[in-house]
Order: sequence, then C-alpha cells, then structure tokens
Amino acid sequence: MKSRYLIIIGLVVLAFAPQVLPTFQVALLNYIGLYALVVLGLVLLTGVGGMTSFGQAAFVGLGAYSTAYLTTTEQLPGWLAWSAGSPWIGLLIGLILTAAVALFLGALTLKLSGHYLPLGTIAWGISLYYLFGTMSSMGGHTGISGLPSLSLFGVVLDKGEKIYYLIWAILMFAVWVTSNLLNSREGRAIRALKGGQLMAESMGVNTFRSKMIIFLISALFAGISGWLYAHTQRFVNPTPFGLSMGIDYLFMALIGGVGSVWGALLGAGILTMLKQWLQDWLPLIMGGDGQYEAIVLGLLIVFMMHRSPGGIWPLLVKLAPASWRNQNHLKIAPSAKSLTRRDLPEKGQLILEACNVTRRFGGLVANNQMNLQLHAGEILALIGPNGAGKSTMFNQLSAVDTPSDGEVLFLDQSLKGKTSREVAHMGMSRTFQHVKLLTTMTVLENVALGTHMRGNKGIISSALHAERTEEQRLLKEAEYQLERVGLGDHLYTEAGSLSLGQQRILEIARALCADPCVLLLDEPAAGLRHKEKQALAELLKKLKKEGLAILLVEHDMDFVMNLADRIVVMEFGEKIAEGLPEEIQTNPAVLEAYLGGAE
Amino acid sequence: MNFQIATLLGQDGLTNGAIYALLALSILLVFTVTRILLIPLGEFVTFGALTMAAMQMGKAPNIEWLLLGLALIDCALDLYQYLKHRAESKKLKVIALKLSYVAIMIGLLNQLPLSEIPMALQVVLTLCLIVPIGPIMYRLFFQPLAEAPALVLLIVSIALHVSMVGIGLLLFGPEGARTEPFSDSNFRLGSVMLKSQTLWVILVSIVLIVTLFIAFERTLYGKALRATAVNRMGARLQGISPIFAGKATFALAAFIGSASGILIAPITTLYYDSGFIISLKGFVGAIIGGLVSYPLAAFGAIAVGMIEAFSMFWASSYKEIIVFTLIIPFLIWRSMNSHNVEDEE
Amino acid sequence: MTQLTDNILLDVSDLHVAYGKVEALTGIDLTLKEGKLVTVIGPNGAGKTTLLSAIMGILPSKGTIHFNGKDFISPEVETLVSHGLGLVPEKRELFATMTVQDNLLLGAFQRYRRGDKSYDQTLDEIYQLFPRLKERCEQQAGTLSGGERQMLAIGRAMMSKPKLLMLDEPSLGLAPLITREIFRIFADLRSQGVSILLVEQNARAALKVADYAYVLEGGQVAMQGPATELANDPKVIEAYLGFASKHQELLSS
Repeated sequence: MKSRYLIIIGLVVLAFAPQVLPTFQVALLNYIGLYALVVLGLVLLTGVGGMTSFGQAAFVGLGAYSTAYLTTTEQLPGWLAWSAGSPWIGLLIGLILTAAVALFLGALTLKLSGHYLPLGTIAWGISLYYLFGTMSSMGGHTGISGLPSLSLFGVVLDKGEKIYYLIWAILMFAVWVTSNLLNSREGRAIRALKGGQLMAESMGVNTFRSKMIIFLISALFAGISGWLYAHTQRFVNPTPFGLSMGIDYLFMALIGGVGSVWGALLGAGILTMLKQWLQDWLPLIMGGDGQYEAIVLGLLIVFMMHRSPGGIWPLLVKLAPASWRNQNHLKIAPSAKSLTRRDLPEKGQLILEACNVTRRFGGLVANNQMNLQLHAGEILALIGPNGAGKSTMFNQLSAVDTPSDGEVLFLDQSLKGKTSREVAHMGMSRTFQHVKLLTTMTVLENVALGTHMRGNKGIISSALHAERTEEQRLLKEAEYQLERVGLGDHLYTEAGSLSLGQQRILEIARALCADPCVLLLDEPAAGLRHKEKQALAELLKKLKKEGLAILLVEHDMDFVMNLADRIVVMEFGEKIAEGLPEEIQTNPAVLEAYLGGAE
Repeated sequence: MNFQIATLLGQDGLTNGAIYALLALSILLVFTVTRILLIPLGEFVTFGALTMAAMQMGKAPNIEWLLLGLALIDCALDLYQYLKHRAESKKLKVIALKLSYVAIMIGLLNQLPLSEIPMALQVVLTLCLIVPIGPIMYRLFFQPLAEAPALVLLIVSIALHVSMVGIGLLLFGPEGARTEPFSDSNFRLGSVMLKSQTLWVILVSIVLIVTLFIAFERTLYGKALRATAVNRMGARLQGISPIFAGKATFALAAFIGSASGILIAPITTLYYDSGFIISLKGFVGAIIGGLVSYPLAAFGAIAVGMIEAFSMFWASSYKEIIVFTLIIPFLIWRSMNSHNVEDEE
Repeated sequence: MTQLTDNILLDVSDLHVAYGKVEALTGIDLTLKEGKLVTVIGPNGAGKTTLLSAIMGILPSKGTIHFNGKDFISPEVETLVSHGLGLVPEKRELFATMTVQDNLLLGAFQRYRRGDKSYDQTLDEIYQLFPRLKERCEQQAGTLSGGERQMLAIGRAMMSKPKLLMLDEPSLGLAPLITREIFRIFADLRSQGVSILLVEQNARAALKVADYAYVLEGGQVAMQGPATELANDPKVIEAYLGFASKHQELLSS
C-alpha cells in the first residue's frame, strides 16, 4: 500500500516542478517525458513480450511528420484538404498511419523467430529515416518548421512549462493503461509470450494476436510521442528519428529496467541526464568536441548487461523495505459468480482415439501404426522404456505435431490441421514434461492463465479495467482449482519458488481451469515425494469419477500400477502390450522391453 | 542507360557486392558459431581503412593505443585468473608473449617510415594491429556471457558498436580518408573500361572466399569451428572449447572486416562512422541467406551490391531505402513458410 | 573407498547434483578400476544420465571427482576431455551435417592439437571395428540409421583414445539385434583393456558384460555388487517394474 503513497507524492512533485525549475530544466523534463512514452512501449514489447525493436524512433518520426505535414502544408492534396491545420486531426491521421505501418511490419516479422525482428527493425528504421530525408514534400534534410502550438480548452500550449502538463498527463495515462493491461486476462497472455508461447497456445491463447497487440501499442505510444515532440519543438527534421535514436530508446529501457513500467521512466531520466552531463564534461577531459559520450554509454550498457541485465529498477526495488514493495495482490471477491462449466460426456464414451498413427522423422520411425482409445471416466497410462516414442505419441495426441500417416480423433473430429489452440477450445487440456511456468508470476496468475478461453473481454476494457467482474470470476475459478489440488496456501507465492512437485501440481490446476473433458498429463509424478504422489493419485481418481478422461505418460511404475485403469506399453514406436495393470506386470514382452532380452 | 554506363554500374555493384559478400560470410560464421550477431563488424572495416590512410600520411595510427589498452586489460585478467586458480605456468608465458607482441607493434609503428614502406607492408601492419582486437573483444565482452539469452548478446553487440564508433572518432578524427589505389593502371576489355582497384577487390575477395572454403572443408581446425556451429555440446565433448571457437571466429571476422576496409579505401571515402551502413548491407545478405546458408548469403550480398549500384542511377536519393527494403520480400517468403509458435531456447 | 589401490581410475565421492531446488543426485560414491567395465543401471528417471553429465562436467556438481590421479571439483568439460575422459552421450550429439569421416576425425581434435599425428591409425582401427562406418564414410551423419549413429558416436569417442570411455544408454532406441552387436563390442573393448563406465537401462545386457554394477534409484545408489551377483537378484526387477509397493503390501498383510 505504501507504494501508492509514493505515486501520489511523485505526482505532486511533478505538478509543481515547472513552477520552481528554470526553463532549461523543464525542457529536459519534457524530453524525459517524451522519451519515456516511447520507452514504455519498449518495456511492453521487449521486457514483457521478449521482442526487441530498434525501430521505435521511426514510429516516432511517423507521428511527428504526419502532423507536421498536415498542419503546415499550404496546399494539401484534395483528398486530405479537410484535415488541414488541426494538430488533433494530425494526431489521428498520424496514429492511423503508424498503426497501418506497424500492422504491415508486424505481419512480416512477428511470426519469425528471434533474430529476424531486431534485424528487420534496423532495416525499416533506416529506410524510414532516409525516406523522411529524401521526400521533398517533407522538407528533405532541412525538415519542416513553423508547426502550430497545441491548444487545449482554449489554453495555447506554446511554452515548455505549459506543454509539460500535457506530456506528463499523457505519459501518466499511458503508464496507468499499461499496468492495467498487464494485470488482466489479456495481460497474462502477453506476459506468457516470453518463454511460454507453447504453453499459452495450449491454453487457448492466440500468441500471434498478443504479439501484434503489444507491437501496435508500442508503435502507437511512439507515434503519440512524435506528435507531442513535433508540437513542442514546432519543427521537425529527420535526425531524431534515425537508427541511433532507436538504439538510444532501447538503451533507456535496458538501463531503467525493461521489465517494469517504472523502469521506462527511470531509464529515460537517467540516460537523458547522463548524456547531458557527459556532453558537458567529456570534452573538457578528452579535449575536442566530439560525441565521446557514445563510448561511455556503450560501455555502460555492456557493463549493465554483464552485471544486472534486468536494469536499475529491480535493484531499487530490492533496496526498498519489504513492506513498500508492491503487495497489492489481486483480490478475489467472495461474491464473484463462478464460471459456467461444460457438460462432460457420459462415462464410457469414446473421447480420444489414435487410428494407425505413424510418425516418421526422416528415416526414423518414431511411432508406427499406434492405436489407442481413451474413454470418459477412465485413466489410461502410456508407458515404455526411454526412447520408445511416448513423447512423440503424446505430441500427436495433443495436436502439437501431425502424424505422417493415420489420424487422431478427438470427440469424433480429426485433429489433422488443427492447432493446439483449437484443440484446447474443443476441451483438451494438458501438462508438460518439462514444467512450463511463468516463474516470476504468482501461482494464482499462472493458474488464471488456464481460464483464458473462458473470458472474452478484450484489450480496451482490460486497459481501462472495465472488465473487473469477469476478471473476478476468472480469478475465483483459479483459486477454486488451486484449493482443489492442495495449493490453496500458495496463491500469492512466486511460481518459481515452488518445489518441482508443487509446480507439477500447479500445471494440473492450470489445465483444469480450462474446463476440459480430457486431460493429458506428461510425467505428472516425476520429482514428487511419496506423500505428494498419493495426493496426486487421489486427485486424479476424483477427477476420473467426475467423468474426465485422463491419459498419462509416466515412468513411475508404482504410481501407474496403482492408478491406471488400463495401460498401453510402447517400444520402438510400437504398441507391444495393452491391458490391466496386473496383466502388464506379468507380460513377458514388457519384461523384455524393460530389462532387455535374455539370450 | 547505355551499355557503357551499365558496365560501369555493374563494376561498382560487383565491387561493393564482393565486399558485402565477405562481410555477410563473416557475419554468418560468427553467428552460427557463437550465436552473436556481430554488429560492430563495420567498425573493423573503417578501422582498417583509416589505419591504412593514417600510415600513408606518415602518422603512426592511434589504433596502437586501443590495442595496447585492450591487451593490458586482457593480460590483467589473465594474471588475475592465474593467481586465483594457480593455473599452469604456461599462462605466464602467454601473457609475456601477448605483451611483447604489442610492444613490437608499437615499436615498429614508431620507428618505420610508414608512408614510404611498400604498400604490402602497410597492409600487413594494419592487419596485425586490428586482427588481435577481435579475439580480445570476444574475451572481454562476450565470453562471460556465453550462457546469456540471445537478446543480451545482441544488445552487447549493439552497445559495442556504439562505443567503437565513438572510439573511431577519438582515434581517427572526424575527417574522412581515402587511400592510394593498389596499382594505377586501368584495363580496357573491348569497349569496356575496367578500373584496376575493382579487379583487386574482386580478385582478393575470391581468393579469400576460396581460402576460407578450403580451410573449413579441409583443415581440422576449420572443421572444429563448423562442428561448434552444428552442435555445441558435441563439440565440447571432443574438447573443442566454445571459448576457442569464439576467439577464432572473432579473429577471422576482424581479419575479414579490416581487409575489406583496406580493399575499398581507395574507392570510397570512409569516415569513422561509415562502417555501420556497410556492415548492415552484409547483414541484408546474411538475412537473405536465412542466417544459415553461406552460398545464399554471398549471392544475396552481391545482389545487394548490384541493386545498390543500379538504383544509384535511377533513383539515387532512394538508394538506401531500396537496399534496406530488399529484405521485405524475403521476410514475406520466410513468414509464409514458418509456423506461428516457435518456443524460445 | 574400501578398495583404494593404486590402479583406481575413477573415484567419485559424495557427489550431489541439484536442478534448482530439486536434488537429482544425493551422495553418490562410485569407483572404477583401470581396465574394468562398470555399469550403472536403474529405471528411468533414477539419475543415471545426470550422474554421467556431472562426472563429465556438463552439469555443475558438489563433491570430488578423482580421475586418473587428479582431483576435480565441478570441472570444465574440455579439461576432462584433455585428461582422457570420453563420453558418448544419450543424445549422441553428432555433427549431423558433416560427414561420418569428419565426425570421427573431430574426435581426435585434442590429439591433433597436442601434435599427436597417429590418429590415422586409430581411424583405421575404428573402421575395422565398425566396417559399416567405413562404407558410409562420405555420408552425412544425419542420414545414418539409429544403430549406425550409435556406432559413430562410440567411434568418435574412441578416436581420442580415452583412458575411460563413458557410455550413456548406448542401446537406447536400438533394435535387439543391434543392441547385441554393440554389447559384443563392449566386451571386446573390455578384453583389450579399455576402461568403460556403462550406464544402461537394459539391465540384463549390461550385467552380462560388466565386472561390477551399481543400481541407481531415486538419485541414490540402491544396490551394488559384482555384476554376476546382481544379475540374479530379484530386487533389481522390482526396482524396474514397480512391484515394490505390492511387495510391501504383501508383507504387511
């Protein structure tokens, strides 16, 4: 709660700053505000979403040049004539243009893996920069001058200390919107982008959409910053929109702390002040008047990456007394209505069926003519020695991979061509062999990700926190499932600090949040203690009674033999046995598979 | 456009393309072996060119101080490790060797009449000054980050680029420089005029590419580097250390970069900050090669050179825009062939 | 620690490995004498691969690894390789886009670096041992079948003439016939005096060729003894097929 007071004190200081500071300092604060807005977008894109962009300066340029062109050109082309003169229409058109460009570039690069995005951003960053410089209607390298000042409610914002309020108000609004967004259903999906895409897709999240959304938001923040910049300076030229500024924006984000919204402000502040200071002092030390601050800044970033890749903000947070740290947990109103559940299929009904599934990788046959059936209200275990092809089979069943031959039927529909997201919507939910959690998020948030499909409120209501009723219902469901699996005491613990066994249980709770009719578990008992195993077995038996169909791939024989209704044994990609646990334990083929052939 | 102009443009395109191809190959090499996108490669180009230019003006190039500084830090770290881990005394010998190398270089630079010695010697001196910076750079800035995520490596790479541009300004000043051509004669092939430096560039590039190819196909050290790129763990289990591989590829990249700089210095005036754009064009080539295929990258880089040369003629002010939007059709092609979800390392 | 003689090649004592907070290995002691074939068996997930990775320096560990007269604490992979330790990992880790011959030659990288040029001879020996590899020497490693890959991985490790060859699940995913062939080769190597540490899930085959065996369960050594003794011990089967709890139930009822 104390952090709220800090924010209020900060806002008060901000409000009085222009009254007491000299003009030059206010101008610096304006710059910091303008930069921070761009960096805030980068925090969302890079820090939260894991995508690096060096091209944000180009989006700033789009915002700035749009309004500059529209407000200063005497004779606009006919179809634009209606928009002449008004900076507000300039803003609107600038944002539409920015969004269009971002959509196009995003569609091109966001699907590609890691390195294409940063390299792509460098390329278009340069292209747009040169474009600003070459188009004669944009004033070439000399730029456009004589932009009008903004006016708001009749007040003309023609001085630094006046536009200051607009800049910082917009920035604060952007910070509010961003943190709201991150603390919502959509936000959880966005936070899963970094390191949890496969998992998020299997929870029904459209990760490409989430990527595109934050790419758009960050471009729009940059565009707004450009518009403000243009009307603050009342002059634009290509220089501040070049690649080196794009790099600076990223540096600000990294220095401040790319993982938190306040890191954006901190980073913009530190880099701006530091540059100012270095520019004043370095020439005195080094002689000459070159831009030697680049050397220091570059090495500083390298040092940061070595020592504290998370930036300065997390260090400050660590320094702050524990009681100050952000403790405002998501609150769950007891009155929240629970979510509607799907009707489970009748017990004994065939749910999932593999028909002659064959999967080849090059010359290797990982699965050969595999058949198995899973019914509602049944626990089926898939076992076999290492390398028998169980994981491949699991991937075929969960639509992560597609069989080379044969097909998998889920509720009588073929999974051919279906993505794991579509399958999730059909009612299949799963856990992972290598636990896939968002380690820095709380247990509750991790599990709430499982409810993603059961909400439908979008980005805008999330950003404005107009979806709190739905959010409460989702969180309540997450809490219910956590209590059910026995993690009710750990709602607000960081997921990464749980033991491996608890993490596996958490994955089951998350899978249950999706309200599935079939549960696929990949080695759920690995790493669990004896007591935990017993508890897990009890839970799975209970779920089975409720009518869920459960398939598990497992190594722990004790666990499997005491739990499963039927067992399928694989070796060399083929089914070598199927039957009741007792049958399997005495089956000679199984003995040979596990212990090796006796010659 | 007539035939005459076309051949002139073609020559320009091929010259630049050859350089971009060299750069694209070293970018790929460094990337596949170390996962690092070597953005500061362009600075090696400018350092090479400007060092040559300084020598031809009879000045001892200031880069000696950069080499000295880096070597001292490197040796200090070596010494610290030696004292901490009580490593074999071989290490002390290595330190002494490193320091005497730098001392000899500085001695040579300050004693030799730099502007009068044969150009070949100037080239050798330049390479001897710049190539060691590559492995030291790897050791100081990237070796401690061997396990870091790709994003961190990229940031460090960019930050080093920013720093090196500043250092370039400090060492070489803001003036641009151009060096003497390797030879003065021009050739005539029918009605086509061939500039001798063009031939030099193309010839040396071909020789370098062929040498590299042979080194990677035929020698065990070359194979060891390829092996690291193919399977890091597999390579470690054969005793091929990623540190060795990293230093070796950085040395190669520094060599190719500075050699490229020396090659084009007689054709283009280079400034302390010209390297970035040049290396980015190498990157465009490498991206066209999908960051894996050497022949495709070389081909892409030559295409970049050609398109650049011809767009000079048709739309000179849009030259850079055309070159950098070249990757868009390629990205479209890639994104149509890729799955949506690719989980990160 | 009871059999400290001067020909001990590998002596692991009180080895601990943890993945984050989860301990995968707790207090492993293991000894291997020169010229012997020791096997570590145990069910899936018992920590066998972890053990080899820790000895090889791939995973950080606590505890001492005494190898060939030197003590190592959480060493680097390359250091151990240069001291004569060779590992054929479970995943093989071949250089898939390089030829079979190049894969083998790279196995001798350390020897080449030291200036030992006799590796051509070793190459011939390996081709004799695995004629199939010679037939395919110009083929890319990625195009080989499972059995051939395993042969290549073993051959590559032997190119360095290791003092101790460690093998992680060499029979993994191989058809019984090929498994038999590969195990015959281990027996051959053993009779030639090569020291081998063999990690296997295929207990019967492993116990047949080994001198001494350790049974790993839940990250600890559950049993150990001469291979011939363990081969007939019913408790080994229980560890594998999960009769243990049934057994206990029977006892308690």
